[in-house]
Amino acid sequence: MTSLVTDTRVVFSRELRPVIRDPFSVIFSMVQPLFFLALFAPLLPGDSSLQWFVPGIIVMSCLFGSSMTGSNLLFEMQTGSHERMLVTPLRRPALLIGRALKEIVPMLAQAALIVVVCIPFGFELHLPGALIGLGILAGFCVGLGALSYTLALAAKNKEWLFWTVQQTLLFPLLLLAGVLLPIENGPGWLQALSQANPMTYVVDAERALFAGDVWARHTAEGLIAAVLVGALGLFVGVRAMQRSD
Amino acid sequence: MMIETRELTKLFKDVRAVDGINLTVARGELVALLGPNGAGKSTTLRMLTTLIPPTSGSAQVAGFDVVRRQRDVRLRIGYIGQGNGAGHSQRGRDELISQGRAYGMTVRAARARAAELIDSLGLTDVADRTVSTLSGGQRRRLDIAMGLIHAPELLFLDEPSTGLDPQNRANLQEHIVRLRAEHGTTIVLTTHYLDEADSMAERVIVIDHGRIIADDHPRELKAKHVGDRVILGFPTPGETVSAARLSGGTETDGRVVISTEDGPRHAPKIIDELRGHDLAPDSIEVRRPTLDDVFLTLTGRSLREGGAADTQPELVEA
Repeated sequence: MTSLVTDTRVVFSRELRPVIRDPFSVIFSMVQPLFFLALFAPLLPGDSSLQWFVPGIIVMSCLFGSSMTGSNLLFEMQTGSHERMLVTPLRRPALLIGRALKEIVPMLAQAALIVVVCIPFGFELHLPGALIGLGILAGFCVGLGALSYTLALAAKNKEWLFWTVQQTLLFPLLLLAGVLLPIENGPGWLQALSQANPMTYVVDAERALFAGDVWARHTAEGLIAAVLVGALGLFVGVRAMQRSD
Repeated sequence: MMIETRELTKLFKDVRAVDGINLTVARGELVALLGPNGAGKSTTLRMLTTLIPPTSGSAQVAGFDVVRRQRDVRLRIGYIGQGNGAGHSQRGRDELISQGRAYGMTVRAARARAAELIDSLGLTDVADRTVSTLSGGQRRRLDIAMGLIHAPELLFLDEPSTGLDPQNRANLQEHIVRLRAEHGTTIVLTTHYLDEADSMAERVIVIDHGRIIADDHPRELKAKHVGDRVILGFPTPGETVSAARLSGGTETDGRVVISTEDGPRHAPKIIDELRGHDLAPDSIEVRRPTLDDVFLTLTGRSLREGGAADTQPELVEA
């Protein structure tokens, strides 16, 4: 007899399989954050700018990847494989959770790539902090992925709707989290908006953790933000999947 | 009974897509739901396969209620939808195995069953390629394999041969017929291809505007609702008029059309009788009715694409 866990595993490994079968497609999509590192990081003032910039870029690449992932489901809704899976006895929550959990894998691969590329340029890796940071980021990207799937389920056959909403939300989230430039020197309203953005706390936590500062207040705040995003994403995602036809 | 519905109804906003369908299908039957696009065939199928809940009425599929016992229904049925069951970015064999896992099979069992289906559906050369690189016919065969992975006792197919070329269509029909012959699988399919319903199913359910308007063996449907026609041509208009009067036929396009049971048997008698009155036909045609003629008789509309009521029935060999 199957359980929610085995069902989730079936969905998770199915989602992961194209990635394993054709890793080059994933590696290709990983190049984008490297452009930010190569072409934007040199503009930042100060010697330790890379140390400050890299954790933000890791969160950014997670944001980009996870927020787009709903388009895979959208495609499968159009071709018919989503419908086929809805007729199987797979539990509806598993159809969402399995997909959302899979987001962790490319996120980890991307983070590893970014770190490896940056080390020769003077980036210092504090492994324990970095691992805790990736754990927090895992929760965040599961939530983002789940929200992206929710958006796909809501958009149904209106692909433009999915992309419009995704693109509209993507850059405010990114800029307000202070990934590219610090927010501290900005006007008050911008700082207020930034504080309302859960990604801000994740970025701050990653910066502290990648610098080896495990016991900072930022760690707890980032963890709470990531757990909240993860829980919210899974909650609305599972509900949307249960209503999917 | 494999399927038993009572006043099954689906409303989309205020459109009655399915309007009180009572349907029973016994174990081992091969049933075709025939009707024009938008008649409610697919909506009926989607309710029977738990994809959408009925607005009212009820349905028992494979012994379980489609609303209250969704999981029990899902475990026992196979479904081959209009789209591709296999994900386009996946490989066929991988999809078959994960489909088997979805039905609770062990990896080993799923792998063995996948290999068996790949072999029997002639997919050996393409099973390990990305699905998006397969041809339409290959993908459709893969869809069939996906639907059969757990050897369901009841299989639903929604417009299985839409978009296939004639050869692939024939192939597919052969697979479906064989499946039933070898495993006794109960099969319910929707189609708007007349010849498909005609040649495969022993029971055709004609659906129009969300209702069942006829339900019988294709042969009975045709005999009951249309009958055969003997069409005779004569050298002169005068003879045509006389022949029409004598035989009780009607004059259409300069020829005499006589409705009759068992046309091939009756045609010689009709001709002998007319010859007795010095009316010798110079052309003879016996037309057997098609399911389209049945549909036309029942609804006043043709089933063919863009079909208008005045469409000439085509000669299709049954």
